[in-house]
Amino acid sequence: MSADTLDVPGLGAPADTEWETVVGLEVHAELATETKLFSASPNRFGGEPNTHIDPVSLGLPGSLPVLNEKAVELAIRVGLSLNCRVQPSIFARKNYFYPDMPKDFQISQYDQPINVDGWLELPSGKRVGIERAHLEEDTGKTVHIGGGGRIHEAGYSLVDYNRAGVPLIEIVGHPELRSAEEARHYVTELRSILVAVGASDGKMEEGSLRVDCNVSVRPLGIDRLGTRCEIKNVNSLRSLGRAIEYESRRQIDQLISGHPIEQQTRHWNEDDGRTHALRSKEEDYDYRYFPEPDLLPLDPSAEWVEQIRQALPVLPRDRRQSLAEAAPTVEADHIALAVERSMDELALAAISGGGPSERVMTHVIQNLADGVGMLSPESLASLVAMEEAGELTATQAKKVLAVLVESGGSPQKAAQSLGFEAMDSGELETLVDGLISEHPDEWSRFCEGDNKLTGFFVGQVMKTTQGRADGKAVTQLLNARRG
Amino acid sequence: MAALARLELTDEELDRFTGQLDELLDHVAEVEALDVEGLPPTMHALPIANLLRPDTPGEVLDRDEVLSQAPVAENGQFRVPPILGEAP
Amino acid sequence: MSAVEIAAAVRSGQQSARSAVEECLSVIEEGDAEVHAFNLVTAAQARTRADEIDAAVADGRDPGPLAGVPVALKDNLCTRGVPTTCSSRILEGWEPPYDATVVEKLHNAGAIVVGKTNMDEFAMGSSTENSAFGPTRNPCDPNRVPGGSSGGSAAAVAAGFASIALGSDTGGSIRQPAALCGVVGVKPTYGLVSRFGLVAFASSLDQIGPFTTTVADSAAVLDVISGPDHRDSTSIRDSLPPVTDTLDDGVDGLRVGVLAELSGDGIAPDVSARLRAAIDALESAGARVAEASVPAAVFGLSAYYLIAPAEASSNLARYDGVRYGLRMDASNTPDMNTATRSAGFGDEVKRRIMIGTYALSAGYYDAYYGKAQKVRTLIINDFASVWEQFDLLVSPTSPTTAFSLGERTADPMAMYMSDVCTVPVNLTGQTAMSVPYGVGDDGLPVGVQVMAPALGESVMFRAAAVLEASLR
Ligand SMILES: [Mg+2]
Ligand SMILES: [Zn+2]
Repeated sequence: MSADTLDVPGLGAPADTEWETVVGLEVHAELATETKLFSASPNRFGGEPNTHIDPVSLGLPGSLPVLNEKAVELAIRVGLSLNCRVQPSIFARKNYFYPDMPKDFQISQYDQPINVDGWLELPSGKRVGIERAHLEEDTGKTVHIGGGGRIHEAGYSLVDYNRAGVPLIEIVGHPELRSAEEARHYVTELRSILVAVGASDGKMEEGSLRVDCNVSVRPLGIDRLGTRCEIKNVNSLRSLGRAIEYESRRQIDQLISGHPIEQQTRHWNEDDGRTHALRSKEEDYDYRYFPEPDLLPLDPSAEWVEQIRQALPVLPRDRRQSLAEAAPTVEADHIALAVERSMDELALAAISGGGPSERVMTHVIQNLADGVGMLSPESLASLVAMEEAGELTATQAKKVLAVLVESGGSPQKAAQSLGFEAMDSGELETLVDGLISEHPDEWSRFCEGDNKLTGFFVGQVMKTTQGRADGKAVTQLLNARRG
Repeated sequence: MAALARLELTDEELDRFTGQLDELLDHVAEVEALDVEGLPPTMHALPIANLLRPDTPGEVLDRDEVLSQAPVAENGQFRVPPILGEAP
Repeated sequence: MSAVEIAAAVRSGQQSARSAVEECLSVIEEGDAEVHAFNLVTAAQARTRADEIDAAVADGRDPGPLAGVPVALKDNLCTRGVPTTCSSRILEGWEPPYDATVVEKLHNAGAIVVGKTNMDEFAMGSSTENSAFGPTRNPCDPNRVPGGSSGGSAAAVAAGFASIALGSDTGGSIRQPAALCGVVGVKPTYGLVSRFGLVAFASSLDQIGPFTTTVADSAAVLDVISGPDHRDSTSIRDSLPPVTDTLDDGVDGLRVGVLAELSGDGIAPDVSARLRAAIDALESAGARVAEASVPAAVFGLSAYYLIAPAEASSNLARYDGVRYGLRMDASNTPDMNTATRSAGFGDEVKRRIMIGTYALSAGYYDAYYGKAQKVRTLIINDFASVWEQFDLLVSPTSPTTAFSLGERTADPMAMYMSDVCTVPVNLTGQTAMSVPYGVGDDGLPVGVQVMAPALGESVMFRAAAVLEASLR
């Protein structure tokens, strides 16, 4: 083994090597405040360019930042819901020249962030470590004119500072994700938490949630981390997955062909489905961080933090747990889906109102994808009870449910209005006996063990009753007659 | 250092400044000899913390007034020559 | 007439604000061609405002405690719709869309802004020679500098162009020119006066303060401009009781320390002699005087010349040609930034940006900026133990009287040494003021520096008043 392969995990590995992808995510979320992080102009998406501006967000000489209390509260909410330690923190200046930065430095938190050492639990139960979740200000926006709007070919650019100074929380996760899918789950879960605690609207398409991903690869079983690349411009969950898959494939191919990975920042291009190098580690910028002298240390009192903790809503993870306990036989991803769609409260209420959990969850997952409308938990509970008692077939129940979603009311009334009157067992027996004598050949083949004919008889019953009968009850009856 | 500060110095300036900066750095180097081990750095002379502002919208600047001060403006925005690359 | 006298006359209707302003404008007209205290004289606005004040008096409305008093503002204080240049090409023509808090407060108190004063570019300097618009001359001797960086403000008051001027003091920029021009100059406790609207040089050190001809005037101005401001996070949230109320309480029984490290080596003999006279005056007024020592104070200058440029290098990054001020054309934004800054900043600003960038850069941070901030702690701790034994400290304000124009421009280190006595209290946040105390061998003014702990303004002003009275 050469020295190179010792240093670089997987360098020159055989083509049939099994690889592991290692992903760490940095998520920036815009906080749902009324005003900016350090000034009173509105924090609002869109609007005419340069209309949400004030001396601070424009970096005018003589302007001074003053910290927004709500942004701090939201940051603490995020920290607590990510199981972080909330600590005394300070703001720092990150110095670099760029026209979308009004002061040519960004006020961020550097070596003393507000939230540290937390974790996030994926629906699978896996815990991903959170290094920190800190406060910082957003930049303005530039549009590039000419050259197809691409930054490198543009003739000139225009700058809008509406977004400058919008509060961000940057959540830095440990590199503990192992696939594109896991990364998507992480972002989905993080977004649900941010939305649940009211910290952010989580809209990736409006840029209020932005993801940078650090990707590296290594042969399975190797402990050392490979050289990572940071991928920017990932604007949706779909491109997150695609970008990670592309990038890990690229790195694997490069290592197999004997070339080490260069630490780079890369740009995801949605159109060609590739990542492109922006700059390498050697070009690393010297940000000259130092404590922001215009702001005071931030030291939230223990009482305030406790008050915020008390007021936190139940988090997705705990909601999943409650639902899983109430519906122990239902698959985990169905439980997760119900919580993600915020149907867990309905499901829990229906189950505790006496509805059998599996049937409740079947409706929640399969038949209520478009929302619950006028449906109350009580009527969902009595609907599944009717199904359980054989008063409604699955097909009928689905139709009744649609009526309940549309206009509310009780399932009994809805079933009646649809003409779904349950057949009593005597009526069904008479019908089945009639069919047996009408189709002697089919009956004898069925009696000889040809079970395919179950379908024939059930079909005949349904045809005659126009779907009123319960297929399961018919099958039971046929088997009983066969003896 | 000049590039980092977005300054371009002429040869004459560079000559003059280098000597002057060396002299200053020599002088301030006296702080290096001081034993300040264990002392916390002072960022603020006064021990105050936690000034917070309520999240209430206030006045915004008039865009035309602001853009009238801009070296070049277009379409309600500040116009700049090509930026060349993404932020570092 | 002093500011307090003008205000009394205007409030009582004995004199109109308009006449006070006209008198002032004619003195400016006569004298400023030589002194060049002003970058801009706002005669029209001053007349309009004076008429408003007079109308208020006529209507029986309260025109404010400084009614009709002409005031000059250092050109780094933002004035709405009035150019604010910091004596720099890079901000030439910039009109802020807002007033600084202090400007608002003076306006509400009835004072009338007569103009914006010259300064060292972005307040970097000790002689007002680093102005893009040419130097200011000392009204006491036109061949001498007025000190700096607030030299225009000091000269304006000394020449009678305004009764009050505001300056900013980052390392002595109020006290040193006050001493060199023979007027009173005050650096309040850091955080006592809002910095909102003061164009930043070094944020953790900058404070705004007054220049006046009398101690009572400075007290009156401080009472108007101080107080909490929600637009400045570093503003102290409690108000101080009015300094004016205790001005005549004397120094009987006060413990006064002569700060050894700032009063011995390097101080010109004629300056030392005036300090001695001041000490005698305090002693005969009942103060108990002894020598005091703050060993770390000698490192003040070094710490200052690392911290201030570091903060400045970041504060001045925004002058990039994108949003306001000067822009030099170039084919791309980075080159445009560089061309603009290279053309727009003068030598001293470039020098300090370079030092500051260096002090903050990766690999040097700990040795320079980080170390300087710890030295700052050391100085604060040393002062803290001295304040257990003394109520006040005194020293010269400047090691020498006013030096000649051009004398120190080629030698930055010699220029920096002008601040040796004033810099320590900026690092500690304490308050200090310069009181004129006679003249040196050359007949030029000498100032005595009185220092008090943070928020010790009231005691400090009592001593200043005693010194002033002892000269009468
Ligand atoms: Mg980051
Ligand atoms: Zn960030």
